[in-house]
Amino acid sequence: MHRREFLKSSAAVVLGAGLLPLARVLPAAAAPADTIVVATGATINSLDLHRQGTNRASYQVAVNAYDRLVKFGTKTMPDGSLSYDSSVIEPDLAESWAVSDDGKTITFKLRPNAVFADGSPVTAQDVKWSLDRAVSLGGFPTTQMKAGLLEKRDQFEVVDDKTFKITLPRSSKLTLPDLAVPVPFIINSKVAKAHATAEDPWATEYLHRNTAGSGAFVVERWEPGQQLVYARNDKWTSGKLPQAKRVIMREIPSAATRRALIERGDVDLVFNIPSKDAKELKEAGKAKVVSTPIENCINVLALNENFEPFKDKRVRQAIAYAVPYEAIFKTAAYETGVPMWGAEKLEGIAWPQPSTYKQDLEKAKALLAEAGYKDGFTVPFFINLDLASWMEPTALLIQESLAKIGIKAPIEKIPGANWRTAASVEKRLPMHLDDFGGWLNYPDYYFFWAYMPGTIFNSSNYNNPEVIKLVNETLDLPVTDPAYAPNIKKVIDIVYDDVPRIPLWQPALSSAMTPKIGGYEYWFHRQPDARPLTKS
Amino acid sequence: MDGTPQTSAPAPRASGGIGRHMLYVLRANPMTLLAFVLLTLFLVAAVLGPAIVPHDPLATNAVNALKPPSLSHWFGTDDLGRDVFSRVVVASRLDLAIALSAVALSFAAGSVLGSLAGFYGGWTDRIVSRVLDTLMAFPLFVLAMGIVAALGNSVGNIVLATAIVNLPFYARLSRTEVNIRREAGFVQAARLSGHSDISVLATQIFPNALPPMMVQISLNLGWAILNAAGLSFIGLGVRPPTPEWGIMVAEGARFIVSGEWWLALFPGAALMLAVFTFNMLGDGLRDIVDPRQRS
Amino acid sequence: MTSSRGMIVLKRLAQAIPTLFGVIVVTFILTRALPGDPAAYFAGPAATPESIAQVRAALGLDKPLAAQFLRYVQDLATGDLGQSISTGQTVLSDIVTRLPASLELTLSALALSVAIAVPLGILAATRQGTFIDHLCRVVVTAGVSLPVFFTGLALVYVFYYQLGLAPAPIGRLDFAYISPPPVTGFFVIDALLAGDAETAGAAFGQLVLPAVTLAIFTLAPLARMTRAAMLQVLGSDFIRTARAAGLSRRQVLFSYAFRNALLPVITTFGMVFSFALGANVLVEKVFAWPGIGSYAVEALVVSDYAAVQGFVLVMAILFVVVNLLIDLSYTLIDPRVGFDG
Repeated sequence: MHRREFLKSSAAVVLGAGLLPLARVLPAAAAPADTIVVATGATINSLDLHRQGTNRASYQVAVNAYDRLVKFGTKTMPDGSLSYDSSVIEPDLAESWAVSDDGKTITFKLRPNAVFADGSPVTAQDVKWSLDRAVSLGGFPTTQMKAGLLEKRDQFEVVDDKTFKITLPRSSKLTLPDLAVPVPFIINSKVAKAHATAEDPWATEYLHRNTAGSGAFVVERWEPGQQLVYARNDKWTSGKLPQAKRVIMREIPSAATRRALIERGDVDLVFNIPSKDAKELKEAGKAKVVSTPIENCINVLALNENFEPFKDKRVRQAIAYAVPYEAIFKTAAYETGVPMWGAEKLEGIAWPQPSTYKQDLEKAKALLAEAGYKDGFTVPFFINLDLASWMEPTALLIQESLAKIGIKAPIEKIPGANWRTAASVEKRLPMHLDDFGGWLNYPDYYFFWAYMPGTIFNSSNYNNPEVIKLVNETLDLPVTDPAYAPNIKKVIDIVYDDVPRIPLWQPALSSAMTPKIGGYEYWFHRQPDARPLTKS
Repeated sequence: MDGTPQTSAPAPRASGGIGRHMLYVLRANPMTLLAFVLLTLFLVAAVLGPAIVPHDPLATNAVNALKPPSLSHWFGTDDLGRDVFSRVVVASRLDLAIALSAVALSFAAGSVLGSLAGFYGGWTDRIVSRVLDTLMAFPLFVLAMGIVAALGNSVGNIVLATAIVNLPFYARLSRTEVNIRREAGFVQAARLSGHSDISVLATQIFPNALPPMMVQISLNLGWAILNAAGLSFIGLGVRPPTPEWGIMVAEGARFIVSGEWWLALFPGAALMLAVFTFNMLGDGLRDIVDPRQRS
Repeated sequence: MTSSRGMIVLKRLAQAIPTLFGVIVVTFILTRALPGDPAAYFAGPAATPESIAQVRAALGLDKPLAAQFLRYVQDLATGDLGQSISTGQTVLSDIVTRLPASLELTLSALALSVAIAVPLGILAATRQGTFIDHLCRVVVTAGVSLPVFFTGLALVYVFYYQLGLAPAPIGRLDFAYISPPPVTGFFVIDALLAGDAETAGAAFGQLVLPAVTLAIFTLAPLARMTRAAMLQVLGSDFIRTARAAGLSRRQVLFSYAFRNALLPVITTFGMVFSFALGANVLVEKVFAWPGIGSYAVEALVVSDYAAVQGFVLVMAILFVVVNLLIDLSYTLIDPRVGFDG
């Protein structure tokens, strides 16, 4: 350990001890109203989303401790809960922006009073440094930036201290929303540069362990594998100051323990609970449960077209007719989420929307026979161990049904670490379950990732020239373009007829909280947003 | 796990003696008797299991999921509506098979390695000992975990991993037993009468190492079952939907807090009882093998 | 005498070197055989093959295996255990922060286990063949027959969830407490040293259930060994002589028999320690205990080479040290025993 870091960490301990005089002697249940304790199952492995190897759970730091140029709005769902609103883009650090007539340049005006947690003003130089960083470090952030056509550093230009300009190769509806996802967060470049070295020009080492943002919180303590403590940044200017002075994210690996904690009121909120717990806690009234269907996300049974029998559309359809949808929705989803099967007909461009398939073993058998597989075949069926809570029951039910039409599907579990390589990179899994969801809430964004040859989530190796053409045409089109809706409709018709991915249900993200907790908001990034939480 | 100083114990020779001694031990130690009874029960379940269970252990029934124990489902049903009793009974075959084959494998490989090392000494001994030391330097479960993670989680690899981590026990035991006897009078005599090294080793020396190894085998059978269960708990176990006690406990554990205790309890009890049986058996065998301890 | 003892210790240490080297090699091979591609995992959810290649190069995984091994050994020689990709910290700092947690748990469990198992073993030996003997045997055997994760979950369910007697299984300290200033790394002791009885009590409360879980599992070998060793000693000539000489039963039992029975019990201790560390992995998982066992499981699952290697290496060193201590304690108890035996 470096001496400097040691001094800092011991200072943090002393500081923490000084700040928490009351909490020291009070049980957690009676912790002061300005401290909120959240239990999660995932480990935060970095404070820097841009860093190589930063995991999903760590994205919440970019949300809670940093701001972006723009942000999504918030809407109230039919059940009264809060959700982000993908259709509204609001000012965050930028107070206004102007899009040129050809849509190829966007000029942002930064809010004059915006300051970082250390009190220094947010400038266009900081914005450029941060976006440069996002497109330069490679890996996921760079890929995500690319989706909004943000690829090269020379696209970002400082006009003056408070004016910042982005130049695009072409106009796209995805650019502004892509600036509102967690990735292009704005870093205090003065602080970061002070810790940059020749080998590490983007200060990844420093920002990995420290936050330097203008967000609602600063990270006060971070003990990987144990907890992360946010302390409110009273200088935050981008929204209503959080009510909680301190939010503790405690890592509890066992889902059963997390459930016990919330039932006994030992934590204030449990983020992302299994569907079964959501249903039972709600029914028993033991906690307040909020379940929000995850936008642009479907749990699917994916069939890999590189695998011989699945090259034949009739075989894929036969399987779609063999899936026991009702039983799966009942025993794997515990009726949380939205069914994605059994529609009378496909309607409009709503996405995701239910398919017209429902279980019909006779039809399945007929289709198989027609395709020349009267006696069935054997295909290994892969599931992701990390998602076993829904994948395993789903797979077992599908396996049992497939046996009835002569298809033997031995189940293979792959550890989460190996899943991505096998499913998305090598694309070698003949039959598997998948839960891809697109961050940006446009059907064509989903199609691009899931149905285009070569893209990462097309683990079915689906390759349909018409779909490719339609998606490429549609991706940059504004939703108001007359060609947009017909194109989307056409793609839905095709991919639901071809069914390389058999839709099962649209999953929900559920969290349980004590009745004292308010303000919980669902986000597409599926990470806890500590900012709006309140405790009475 | 076993560390009883048995090396000094001479193996009983007369078979009539051993029979009488066995009877004595069984009478004096009702727990060993109980262990034999339980073992018979498990063996019956393993052999006849699939034929005698009331339900298909793999048949799901979404309507009937998570039902508590009742007359039609003695141990209740699991999250997919499968009959827990049938699964527990049928699982005994796989669990016993894993344990038996793992232990047989480590017994065979361990004895060969250990005997050679003990018999020839020198470099053979040094190399074997170093390899054993290396294996012993890992916490057993951690090594098993690593092997299964590296090779993939199939029944074969679970058996292999369990065999590898148990191997040093047999190797060390046979090495010691062979080593102290290689210069013994009866060995010299056999040599002089023209037997080859291997034949002397196999027919004259090694049989003496068998009794203490029997004890080890019994104890290891229990441990092998626990090992497989532990692997299942961290997600490296047997593939679904195959019923296996460890994986049933591990999966059932998720349901304890929500009140569906029967999912974990019954396979857990079966698991415990099986391990218990082997441990008791090991204890009893030790008494039979090593009469001095009962003096 | 002292210098020769020093020589013996040195020799004993030298013996450990090939083992350590073997451990390094085995670990390296094992971790490289893990099927996961850490590069793909850490490139994130929307990575392209190019970005995965970038990550792979950054991790040095594009080099041939031999080069990777050489680099690894060189790093080790300079005390660099590498960087854990899953926690984002250096493996050394991870282990330094987590090892005390595991040791605190394991040692408390073993202390508890010894405190129960040794008297049980003696009791069983002195009442050999009676109901008490059988009962002891059944109880400890039942303990070792239970999968630790099952025991742990059951204890949590009963004592935390149902009865509310135990604190929530959320690691070493409740949210409400600040970890005591580190001295030994053992929270209970550190808190007491800092004069903070409140925190010490809380840390102790967190420790009870996992320690009991682990202790139940380790009772059997210790109790069995104590019983067997006591029986052997009690049956030996010098005890008979001592009895004949009219020494009291108590005296015979404790000053003669037990002292001599200690040796095999201590030998077993090394084995039990190994046993406990393995079981620790599962116990830590159940109780969210931030030790190196749970760390290793996580690392293994994500193919975090450096972390797995570091963990195993530390384990091996720990073992060598424990076995050395056991060998040394031999001489303390029984000066006749040399090291070479």
